[in-house]
Amino acid sequence: MTAMRRFFAGGWLTAYAFLYIVFLYLPVIFLPIFSINTAPTPKFPLTGYTLKWYEDLPKTPALLDAAWNSLIVGVSASVLATLLGILAARSITRYRYPGRRTINGLIMAPLVLPEIILAISMLLVMLQLGLSLSLFTVVLGHVLICIPYSMTVLTAGFEGFDRSLEEASADLGESAFGTFRRVTLPMVAPAIISSLLVCFTISLDEFVIAFFLTGTETTLPIYIWGQLRFAAKLPGVLALGTLLLVASFVLMTVAEILRRRAARRTQNEGGLYA
Amino acid sequence: MTAAAERSPAFGMTRARRNALLQSESVQGFALISPTFVYALILLVLPILVVLAHSFWTQHYLTIDHTFTLENYRIALTEPIYRDLLWRSLYISLTVSFFTVILAYPIAYFISFHGGRHKSLWLFLITIPFWTSYLLRVMSWKVILGYNGVLNSGLMGLGIIDEPSTALLYNSSAVIITLTHAWAAFAILPIFVSLEKVDRTLVEAATDLGDGPLHSFLRVTLPLSAPGVISAALIVMIPTVGDYVTPKLVGGKDGVMIANAIQAQFGKAANWPLGAALSVTTMLVVSLMAGATVLIIRAIQRLAR
Repeated sequence: MTAMRRFFAGGWLTAYAFLYIVFLYLPVIFLPIFSINTAPTPKFPLTGYTLKWYEDLPKTPALLDAAWNSLIVGVSASVLATLLGILAARSITRYRYPGRRTINGLIMAPLVLPEIILAISMLLVMLQLGLSLSLFTVVLGHVLICIPYSMTVLTAGFEGFDRSLEEASADLGESAFGTFRRVTLPMVAPAIISSLLVCFTISLDEFVIAFFLTGTETTLPIYIWGQLRFAAKLPGVLALGTLLLVASFVLMTVAEILRRRAARRTQNEGGLYA
Repeated sequence: MTAAAERSPAFGMTRARRNALLQSESVQGFALISPTFVYALILLVLPILVVLAHSFWTQHYLTIDHTFTLENYRIALTEPIYRDLLWRSLYISLTVSFFTVILAYPIAYFISFHGGRHKSLWLFLITIPFWTSYLLRVMSWKVILGYNGVLNSGLMGLGIIDEPSTALLYNSSAVIITLTHAWAAFAILPIFVSLEKVDRTLVEAATDLGDGPLHSFLRVTLPLSAPGVISAALIVMIPTVGDYVTPKLVGGKDGVMIANAIQAQFGKAANWPLGAALSVTTMLVVSLMAGATVLIIRAIQRLAR
């Protein structure tokens, strides 16, 4: 009786879970659907299949500039944020010291603060310091919001890391750097690559901070924002948006696979030999 | 090695050595985190202090007058336009966090209690849309709710309505729907984590002592997962109050929020001190609302026991 009741409770929940997944995915799926539709307005019924909106993309110089800028910003921000994330995550997981929690809380704070507040406060400081707004200032802003994500991925990868392996390496005469390069790094490499991918994805998709901190250069989200004013440009934006969706999806899937591998590698020693 | 040293008779020396070791550990740990810490100080703490300072100054055209004044706060709190925008932003973020938590709880419960071997797959499925560009997700709602949009054309195709409805887009409901969708994953994760920590034997004990499934859920599982509900509510409430993109794209005239006013002060209106005061006020008020939410959820939790 209880088993049956539990099954029904679970059944309702399962149905709800599937509905919820539909609710999460449905809006996003309309972008690719209408990006291959011949009609320039996104409405039903669909009029026909075309790739012309995609073919037009490489013919837009402003778009190519924005894509190049996004690539530069994304690579710089993800490398910097991951470097700073490695230092902090290593310190948090390896050492115990007073003020550790407070510092960690401060570093994680951008995650829960409204982006507009982060953006305008950084804008004010940069203008006061006499920095001219450029892709460099966007990178500075993106690093700040990427560090919390990088920390989350990296602390998970570093936790449960077996310190005796490093001690063994040191006892066998390896230098501190040698130990890091030959023992620590291979163990945490998947987490580091995962952090790089996560940060790159965030930077690639981020709009508000880039919008406030950039000068005349545009990144892809800023380019899309500019195009949204023109109804006629919508199909092109949908096509570009679809490409961005696919990029984020692929990057995050790879990051997730690597993150799991990292967790497995550090959390059971058997994993290395299995 | 260390175990042997601890058991050695020279106890005092070991302790001194251990203290020295601890101290060097602290120094090492702090040195290692300091670059990241300094980065956060320069790009987070310093900027917030600068905003705070600006909120007490005034601006004449392009020069900032550094005399202390509360004038900006008076404007921020009494001018009807800013007061209305602030209230609306608070109302929207409260509604959005309520709906995201209510909708997210059953999912988190399902994954935690019925997820079985596929727990991480479910979590991955739920977080994936969240990693796609926020701007694009808002844009897709514009496509759905628009006058010539998916919903209107779909309903017309089905013969449910005769002409496109304008009531769907450009109002605060559109903002609430879009934000509820955008922040869904953020609410699920903390609730899931707290449900994972619920001791399953307690639930069994409640059942053995005669509580039905509903009772044992209300009296054991729900109160024990309250911390997750609290952090989910806060993690949605605080960022959404300052959302800029959603009101701008789907809010129309009736969905404008405080972030749009703040942006205007740093853009067209070029009144940084007022923009700063609006930002500080928003943060203070949303913190108060967040604090009140925590107290209310805790009170309910105590009642449930």
